[in-house]
Amino acid sequence: MPLISSNYKFGALLAALMLAPWLGLGSYPLHLIIMALLMGFIYTSWALMGRLGLVSLGHGAFLGIGAYSVVLLWNQYGVPPLAGALVALVLTVILALVIGYPCFRFKIVGHYFALVTLALAEVVRLVIVATREVTGGSLGLTPKPGLPNEAAASLWSFQFSNRVVWFYIVLACWLFALWVWRKVDQSMLRDALQAISEDEDAAASIGINVTRTKLKITVLSAAMTCFGGVLYAQYQAYVNPDTVSGIGISLQMVFGVIAGGMFVMLGPTFGAVFLLALQEVLRVLIGNQIHGLDLLIYGALLVFFIIRMPKGILGSWLERKT
Amino acid sequence: MEFFDIFLLEAVLNGLLLGGLLALLSLGLNLIFGVIDVVWICYAELMMVGMYAIYWSHTMLGLPLAVAFILGIVGVAALGMAMHWFIIRPVLSAEPINQLLVTGGVLFFLQALVTVIFGIDFKNIGVRMPSLMVGDISLSMARLIAFCVAMVAIAATYLFLNRTFVGTAIRAISQDRSIMPLMGVNTERIYLITSAMGGALAGLAACLLVLQYDIHPAIGLSFGPITFLVCVMGGLGNLLGGFIAAFIFAQLISVGGYVYAIEWGYVMAFVFFIAMMFIRPEGILFRRR
Repeated sequence: MPLISSNYKFGALLAALMLAPWLGLGSYPLHLIIMALLMGFIYTSWALMGRLGLVSLGHGAFLGIGAYSVVLLWNQYGVPPLAGALVALVLTVILALVIGYPCFRFKIVGHYFALVTLALAEVVRLVIVATREVTGGSLGLTPKPGLPNEAAASLWSFQFSNRVVWFYIVLACWLFALWVWRKVDQSMLRDALQAISEDEDAAASIGINVTRTKLKITVLSAAMTCFGGVLYAQYQAYVNPDTVSGIGISLQMVFGVIAGGMFVMLGPTFGAVFLLALQEVLRVLIGNQIHGLDLLIYGALLVFFIIRMPKGILGSWLERKT
Repeated sequence: MEFFDIFLLEAVLNGLLLGGLLALLSLGLNLIFGVIDVVWICYAELMMVGMYAIYWSHTMLGLPLAVAFILGIVGVAALGMAMHWFIIRPVLSAEPINQLLVTGGVLFFLQALVTVIFGIDFKNIGVRMPSLMVGDISLSMARLIAFCVAMVAIAATYLFLNRTFVGTAIRAISQDRSIMPLMGVNTERIYLITSAMGGALAGLAACLLVLQYDIHPAIGLSFGPITFLVCVMGGLGNLLGGFIAAFIFAQLISVGGYVYAIEWGYVMAFVFFIAMMFIRPEGILFRRR
């Protein structure tokens, strides 16, 4: 892990990041940094299991549950989002177990696993669209404003009018994800999963409980993704079935991670930064006139990356340096 | 008490007609998987490109519809060959999951490509087919034609695979990939022919779909997932299994959609798929030996 060993560099990067809101960046650049960190958090959560051979195309399901649970509970029953997040996490863990257990028990791996999880993501999206009386269907949903008069921040409604507060919340979550990544790397779990991803039967023969080991990392990754959904909904103050669930966002997560590189700790974050930067650069260069041009370049780059740089940008770069 | 629900019967019949289309789409994808062992996630996007090609040549160039259809089929077949040559060939020896994902990149690319060229508005070729009334049941003529053409195409593909030399080679490759080169079969050529066939089938599906649906960049996404779930449930590469699974799925969507709402029909189909994966991971026709 070359990036971790160079602790100084990481420390400097972190210090620069902590100071970011005070550099007079303006509101929009700060928004971009927050989105990059938030997406970095979600991508890192996905990569926790993705890098170990469990390629899920269904994390949109967990993201959607997180986002919609909090907003629905808040709007319908006035449940504060932090309590709603707990409900969302419980739901996510149950769903991850219900899908994960049979998958791992019956050895559904590789692209069969990918396709089962893909179906799961679509189920969640379709359920959101179908229950349009409460969820608003494809039109999306906005959490009711919960800021009392004059107040700029409310933990009760988990709404903050100041971006700086959001910046530190998201930064903390992102650091938490990196910490989890590191903890997993240092633990036996990592070795067990590595062994499983190379040869499941051999791993079982030396006493690894394959099903339980895979479930652990799946539940962890799903729960973190769900919390990412909570943050996304509260920060954007708008959720839409197509942007928080379904195939689109699920594939976007996978591709972001692949572009960045899923085998190094900062790879997923790098992928998130790269995608955002690409979008912004294209927007500045060509404006919004031509619909889809950014996606066109994005798709072409993805194909290029998978064929030419299967380890991602950061992964390949670090490999070349060593 | 109503014993015989006319609308339910209509839903069942519509499901049957939808099943024919799904069977056609999944046949092409299944063929490619069985022979080349790669899942084209973007398969429905090839069909979408075909629909735009037909729209472009008929509405914008003013060619007769029949010519536009032929152009669509040939064009998508060529696209299928290009897809194999430029995208799949370089990753043939890579990890299976990378092969799956690279076609996902193509999905984004094709979707964005038609958006850039044609915009996001709904288009149609301006052909409206009448409905056929059988008793009290109204059946769309376009769907009926689509069903019949799909069945003929499936039968033709079946005959091609079983009665011709190239077809035999294709089936042989899908049974044993490593032995066939030793028997003097040019694997690369068979792969290209299969990709072209898969493309042509997608092009044909495009011809049938432009008659009943509006064309828009996301149309691939509404057929894509269901198509490969059909293939997986039938047992990837198992053509007969895919054929049966297509009709089961279509009934779930159509009847489930009739009883509840159209999205619930899809939800039922997806949940059924997940459940079937746990019960019969190798496909519905698989027998344990």
